[in-house]
Amino acid sequence: MSIREERKTEPVEEYYTWTGKARGWLLKHLPADKLLPQDQPSYVASWIYVFGMGAIVSLVFIVVSGVVLSLNGPAWYHVSDFGHFVNSVHLWSVELFFMTMVVHLWGKYWMAAWRGGRTLTWITGMGAFLVSIVAAFTGYLLQTNFDSQWIAFEGKDALNASGIGAWFNVANLGQIFGFHIVLLPLAVGAVVALHVILVRMHGVVPPIDAAETDAQLSGTDRTEATR
Amino acid sequence: MSAPTMSRSDRDGLARRPWRGTVREYDLFKELTVALVVVGLVIVGLSAIVGSPDEPSVTLKSWAQAQPADFVATATAELGGTSETAGYGPPYNTTADATQTIGAFDLQSFSGVQLPIDTAQDLVITPLTTLNAPPSAALDAWNAGSDTEKADWTAAYTDALTNAPDGDPAQVATGDYGPVPVLTDALLTMASQGALDGVLNAQESFYNSDYTRTILFLGDGAYFGDLATAAHLTGDQWGMMNETGNTPGQSWLWLFSFWYQIEPFASAPNADLLVVLLMLVLSVLLTLVPFIPGLRDIPRWIPIHRLIWRDYYKKRAAGRS
Ligand code: HEM
Repeated sequence: MSIREERKTEPVEEYYTWTGKARGWLLKHLPADKLLPQDQPSYVASWIYVFGMGAIVSLVFIVVSGVVLSLNGPAWYHVSDFGHFVNSVHLWSVELFFMTMVVHLWGKYWMAAWRGGRTLTWITGMGAFLVSIVAAFTGYLLQTNFDSQWIAFEGKDALNASGIGAWFNVANLGQIFGFHIVLLPLAVGAVVALHVILVRMHGVVPPIDAAETDAQLSGTDRTEATR
Repeated sequence: MSAPTMSRSDRDGLARRPWRGTVREYDLFKELTVALVVVGLVIVGLSAIVGSPDEPSVTLKSWAQAQPADFVATATAELGGTSETAGYGPPYNTTADATQTIGAFDLQSFSGVQLPIDTAQDLVITPLTTLNAPPSAALDAWNAGSDTEKADWTAAYTDALTNAPDGDPAQVATGDYGPVPVLTDALLTMASQGALDGVLNAQESFYNSDYTRTILFLGDGAYFGDLATAAHLTGDQWGMMNETGNTPGQSWLWLFSFWYQIEPFASAPNADLLVVLLMLVLSVLLTLVPFIPGLRDIPRWIPIHRLIWRDYYKKRAAGRS
């Protein structure tokens, strides 16, 4: 008898305020054992699953090194050895972030991981990818060195041709600074948080063509634990 | 095999329900901790060994000192309104037929002139008036000149510079250039001494964080672009994704850069608009893949998932036999 079925017989609490309804919705869709599980379906056993975590962890290093850089101002790393090292950490976290994210993206594609109501997980993943590209672009503009000068000069044409070059002015350091250290990090963080919560809510997608008659579902697989 | 007899919705049904099969122990926080340590070591290692590039920025001062002839030729073009910036159109000015369009589709004009720049006035004349000893006679002569006179002076001086040995202003043949040589020479001196950078950026105020004018002025000359070409950073060299030195740049922009390398984009006057729209369409397609028949079925046709879930498929078969 699974624990879940026993629960059904407990009296259901009535939710009559917005707050209560929100709690009810969350408890139903994201109970603690789903949010922080101790086990996963036996098919969650592949190197491909580490890349999502790799992206999260790279993002952590991006944020930490970015905070150190911004606390000291954009000119600091040109004149301080430690600053230059922190800048390198920031750059390499970004490179690893994109590497892991792109492998993750294509992994999820070949797993058709949007199946079974996970469309929004895929869409938020793409959102994270696209917003991250803009965030990285503003970072390259904030280098305040020859590279950023040239990227500003080159990058302006595509933005002007799209009609947004005046509001997203790559040569306006003040504007780009705000985008890079506040708006875009918040956007990336929010989209990634939503993405990861959706993953926990839906559970990890089963293999393509998995069926009830498979050994893992019909109880004939004795090599792994069952619930 | 059970799959072929099932409809797609049945198979998705299994993906929709909570998993009721075998499980394995899985420790999220432990994985997080291990990942933090491993990725952290990789990042610190790469940062210590490879580091990051930091090529110093160029200034109007370094330009004027390194290539005075190029600087003077550019200043002349700014005065005459023949520079790239002067002919750019929105958001900098209203130059006719300068925008990138597809038929009547003209996003560039849509924004209007949000960052107005009058190249003669803003990049040459006004900065010169801020000098302690401005070239007053030449400034007065310029301001008193008619549009035709100004165009003739600058065109004549541009030709004369082109014909002079090394474009050297000191070796230009005599001719009717009006006040232009005096003005551009004064601007060259101002730039070489470092005064022009400050004046252009600050625009008469103490604070500055907007480098639009300086970047555009630099870009109108040959010096800046030549440095970028030497560092393999220009558009036809996959520039957007490169960085100086050997550090990887924005390699995720490879597809964006790719289109600029091939026809019809490479020689299209509206290449930027075409590439932006194409990338927009492709991004939307990838985002909406779950809804697009064909695109969403490729993972079934090319069974890479058999590798990813190798253990699962092996065990389920073994269990059934
Ligand atoms: C900021 C970047 C991203 C982060 C931090 C991130 C993080 C994660 C994590 C931790 C998981 C669960 C573990 C795993 O399967 O790896 C996951 C699952 C998933 N991700 Fe991402 N992701 C990112 C970007 C993307 C992108 C670009 C896509 C594709 C468009 C995507 C699509 C998915 C899908 C469909 C799942 C569900 C997988 C399943 O049910 O097996 N994610 N993501």
